[in-house]
Amino acid sequence: MSDSLRDAKAKSDDARKPDRGGNPPVRPAANGQDAVLSLRGLNKEYERGKPVLTDISLDFPARGVVAIIGPSGTGKSTLIRCINRLVEPTSGEVLLGGRDLTKLRGARLRAARREIGMVFQEYNLVERLSVIENLLCGRLGYVPLWRVWTRRYPDADIARAFELLDRVGLGEFATRRADALSGGQRQRVGIARAVMQSPKLLLADEPTSSLDPRTSVEIMTLMRDIAAERDIPVIINIHDVALAKRFATRIVGMSEGRVVYDGPPEDLADSHLQQIYGRGDAGEWIG
Amino acid sequence: MTLSADTRETPRWERFTPSQRLARFAVYLGMVMVVVWSVRNVRIIPEFLYDAHNQMADLFTRMWPPDLAYYPSTVHGALIETLHIATLGTILAIVMAVPVGLMAARNIVPFRLVNEFAKLILVASRSVNSLVWALLFVAVFGPGALAGTIAIAFRSIGFVGKLLAEAIEEANAGPIEALTAAGASWPKVLIKGYWPQVQPAFWSIALFRWDINVRESAVLGLVGAGGIGLILDSAMNFFQWTRVATILIAIFTVVILAEIVVTRIRKRLI
Repeated sequence: MSDSLRDAKAKSDDARKPDRGGNPPVRPAANGQDAVLSLRGLNKEYERGKPVLTDISLDFPARGVVAIIGPSGTGKSTLIRCINRLVEPTSGEVLLGGRDLTKLRGARLRAARREIGMVFQEYNLVERLSVIENLLCGRLGYVPLWRVWTRRYPDADIARAFELLDRVGLGEFATRRADALSGGQRQRVGIARAVMQSPKLLLADEPTSSLDPRTSVEIMTLMRDIAAERDIPVIINIHDVALAKRFATRIVGMSEGRVVYDGPPEDLADSHLQQIYGRGDAGEWIG
Repeated sequence: MTLSADTRETPRWERFTPSQRLARFAVYLGMVMVVVWSVRNVRIIPEFLYDAHNQMADLFTRMWPPDLAYYPSTVHGALIETLHIATLGTILAIVMAVPVGLMAARNIVPFRLVNEFAKLILVASRSVNSLVWALLFVAVFGPGALAGTIAIAFRSIGFVGKLLAEAIEEANAGPIEALTAAGASWPKVLIKGYWPQVQPAFWSIALFRWDINVRESAVLGLVGAGGIGLILDSAMNFFQWTRVATILIAIFTVVILAEIVVTRIRKRLI
């Protein structure tokens, strides 16, 4: 181990110790080496003087499920969209594998985006296309335009799409139109499409909010497992604290555009939840 | 003055506030005034109005029986030409309207100036009647079907482009966001994100416009722009009413058939 690495490790071990004052434990400012994604001083204002995100600095390790929890309107969706720049951050850095995505434009930005898979609350499938073509849409960042136009996707991509479709349990739905599927099935297609990108990182924006409780658990299980099989870290926006605690290896709590908790799910106490969601009996929401 | 607790008012609800009622009354009054004003302006000549029914009956007797022998010799060819004008004109219009429609859609081109410019083109195309366009193009290309085709095309750009732009703007932004997140370039997003969503509206617009153009191209001949209107005009000028009857029947039949065909195909599309 190199000196700098050891230094950083020592520092991070230090920082992991919880603060005596009962403040939420602060995550290690890990070195850029083992974090696949680092956010540095990220700010976002849609309107001048009304910050939605304030000085977000987070490091995401190369494996595991990170759940971002917080009430609606607290900037979770904005934060996750700042990562692949569906939303333009006002200031700060988004470092993916050490490269600052906020500086990229055009073809380079698209090349970076295809390394980040994304799953959406409303699935965001192209409804009038078949399931298999929706999966192949995950390859749009790689496949040349003429192949997209003529629907001549590379054989390897097609084989992979069928394989993934089997993996998410929808093998026999390949030629169905996406709008013929149920919510849970659509979200499975959404996950498969994201994985089709061969991403280095998986983002999920409230992936279970439009689903019933049972399907939600199925989807979370699928996402966790499929990411673990492929060694991809996952960042999930989720307002359901119980689901977050059950599936995440780390929880980031947000309130009014700031990170107010960052630590393992076991350490998330009622006092933290009150800080995140406001006053009330936290036990009521998480059952 | 204090309100005592026991004078409970029953809740009242009215659809319109007094000022809204006044405004509605003003609108109704305005509409009546417009009708009165326009009837005064039209200057109906009573003598012509009184014997209008006689004139109509007279016209019909002169038209009867239709000169059906005129159909194969002249009407058929002109009818086919009319259909060609309508079809070619529609295709030409679509080719020109697609880029303008894309430019007008605010979710495709996020520059207000470009949107407004595109909308200006669309409005200009629609504000001129096809007969006026035809007059213009007869002057440019000389009389004949070419002038008619171009006239139909120019009149249709506005219609097709406007409806297309609206369909594009109504497209669900979710899939677009997903494809962008997957690293798709702009043309790929257009092909795989927008086109599948706009497709049914597109074919529906194209067919609908073709249907309208069949009707419009039937009268273009009145100003010399080819098609069946040309022979209708000459038959009327020579008071050959039995021939006029044949031509009118032909137009009527084709328009009805076009309507049926379009309705059937549109049902399948949606």
